[in-house]
Amino acid sequence: MTTHYSTDHEWIAVADGVATVGITDYAQSQLGDIVFVEVPQAGTTLGKGKEAAVVESVKAASDVYAPVTGEVVEGNAALEADPSLVNTAPESDGWFFKLKLADPAELDGLMDEAAYKAFVATL
Amino acid sequence: MTINQSGWRPERPESDAANARATFTGNRALMLEEPLIFEIGDSGTTGVDFDAAPAGGADRLAGLGRTAAIGLPGLSEPEAVRHYTRLSRQNYAIDLGLFPLGSCTMKHNPRLNEKLARLPGFADIHPLQPVDTVQGALGVINELAHWLIRLTGMYGVAMTPKAGAHGELCGILCIKAALEARGEDRKVILVPESAHGTNPATAAFAGFAIENIPANADGRVDLDTLKARLGPDVAGVMITNPNTCGLFERDMKAISDAVHAVGGYVYCDGANFNAIVGRVRPGDLGIDAMHINLHKTFSTPHGGGGPGAGPVVLSEALAPYGPLPFTARYADGHIRLIEEETVGEDHPDTFGRMAAFNGQMGMFTRALAYILSHGADGLRQVADDAVLNANYVLRQLEDVLEAPFGASGPCMHEALFSDAGFAEGFTTLDLAKALIDEGYHPMTMYFPLVVHGAMLVEPTETESKAAIDEFIGALRSVAKRAKAGDPALKAAPQFAPRRRLDETLAARKPVLVWKAPDLPAAAE
Repeated sequence: MTTHYSTDHEWIAVADGVATVGITDYAQSQLGDIVFVEVPQAGTTLGKGKEAAVVESVKAASDVYAPVTGEVVEGNAALEADPSLVNTAPESDGWFFKLKLADPAELDGLMDEAAYKAFVATL
Repeated sequence: MTINQSGWRPERPESDAANARATFTGNRALMLEEPLIFEIGDSGTTGVDFDAAPAGGADRLAGLGRTAAIGLPGLSEPEAVRHYTRLSRQNYAIDLGLFPLGSCTMKHNPRLNEKLARLPGFADIHPLQPVDTVQGALGVINELAHWLIRLTGMYGVAMTPKAGAHGELCGILCIKAALEARGEDRKVILVPESAHGTNPATAAFAGFAIENIPANADGRVDLDTLKARLGPDVAGVMITNPNTCGLFERDMKAISDAVHAVGGYVYCDGANFNAIVGRVRPGDLGIDAMHINLHKTFSTPHGGGGPGAGPVVLSEALAPYGPLPFTARYADGHIRLIEEETVGEDHPDTFGRMAAFNGQMGMFTRALAYILSHGADGLRQVADDAVLNANYVLRQLEDVLEAPFGASGPCMHEALFSDAGFAEGFTTLDLAKALIDEGYHPMTMYFPLVVHGAMLVEPTETESKAAIDEFIGALRSVAKRAKAGDPALKAAPQFAPRRRLDETLAARKPVLVWKAPDLPAAAE
């Protein structure tokens, strides 16, 4: 399984044509304590770069974008009950939604872990 | 007295020797503790002496009469008066001190406004009275409308919207109606990144798709990016000017011309009109619609005192679609109310109505009192002083606080700082909490979103140099502590009735309803 990263601080891990999407550890550290998460419903079609989910912290409400095009297979229901998962486990249990990829070639436009780390270092 | 379960208890840090000596009551001299109203008195007390219910009265309730107590608090009149007066003393108010949040929340409400708004001819009338009996009140609406048109250089004004965001909706509905009249189905509204959150919300509510336009390095709308995005699908743009970074959008006329060239309309969020009133006429900048927050520019009460009022000035292109009702002065001096029944052929393209009646009469009276007591020259000085005070704050503090757009020239009525340079782990929130210890309500924080750890300070035009100097001294002190990493800052506020509250827990698990501890439901 390979993990890709977007400049909007989403991570996307792909296995068997299904991508799991969440926000990075850097993103959660910038947002502060997360108090509310709204994830997309299964069956929703998301366009690359379009609004997919909403995350709200004590500081601000932010949109989470779909890093690639696809159809939502599952939203992480656990986040509604416990939004703090995004703070404690952003890149594992705190995932936002799973997508069936429409065009795997779109992944080529994203960063790998090393490139993302270098990108964050410039911020 | 029962025990409050909402976590609202006095805190007395044992480490603080002065605080360690707790009093019997929990009060500290005249700083009074105050329980919830449910925790005062008992249910047997009442401030009103009712007659016994007439015999047979229960029958008229068809069996729906209450059979058990509903748990209303029982207080005598002095207990109730003291409760709310004590709570009011725990509040921070513009009448107690400088508000660095500025006019967004509240600026000084001149007492002359209040006196005039309380005249019985304005305060004791009803919107359903015959118009012949309320000519004075309609005259106020008409006169204020005239002033707003003159001050903005626009063609018409819709007076009825009840607040700024309601005014935004009115303006966007005018744009929608104008597009429909042209038979065009444009779907996109462009909004800069630094916009007030209400702008995209308004456009989305009216059915438009939102696209963000990034800011350039000096904090203004990137004209080239905007121009590149314009096309036949763009219904319009929504731009705040002066913008939320406290900067004047110098390219506004060029933006308007470019938007008009592709057939779109320009909505301006006029929240910050107080920085330019008397200096700049938005109509000259090609703006088609702009709401004016009467509390921000014209000193009406806001923030707990309200209500809001958001008149919308309109260009010649959009005015035909403006809402009903409105006032019109006829040649005989009589003022009529133009409504659905009386509109006739005068205003056939109106999109409809924003409010049941004629707008926020109490705010109109206050705003007109403010305008007439200042005059045109006084209003110009309002803007001058608001901008001068903000620039004074900006330049007095930029050696200790990072001013992200300080190099791009003077600011308007708001000075913007970021948390750059704070010691590791220290945040804008820590600085804000320390300001509470200094006796100030904190400034706007974490907005605009385009600046990290943003602090937006608006002193307004009404503060004296001495008052601003004292505030600057306090902010300098806490900023230096944040940069030095003073651990005491993390524990601020130290001197407030409550210490650092758990905002995260309050947001994740809010206790919104008081539960009586002796009911079974309280066990959960």
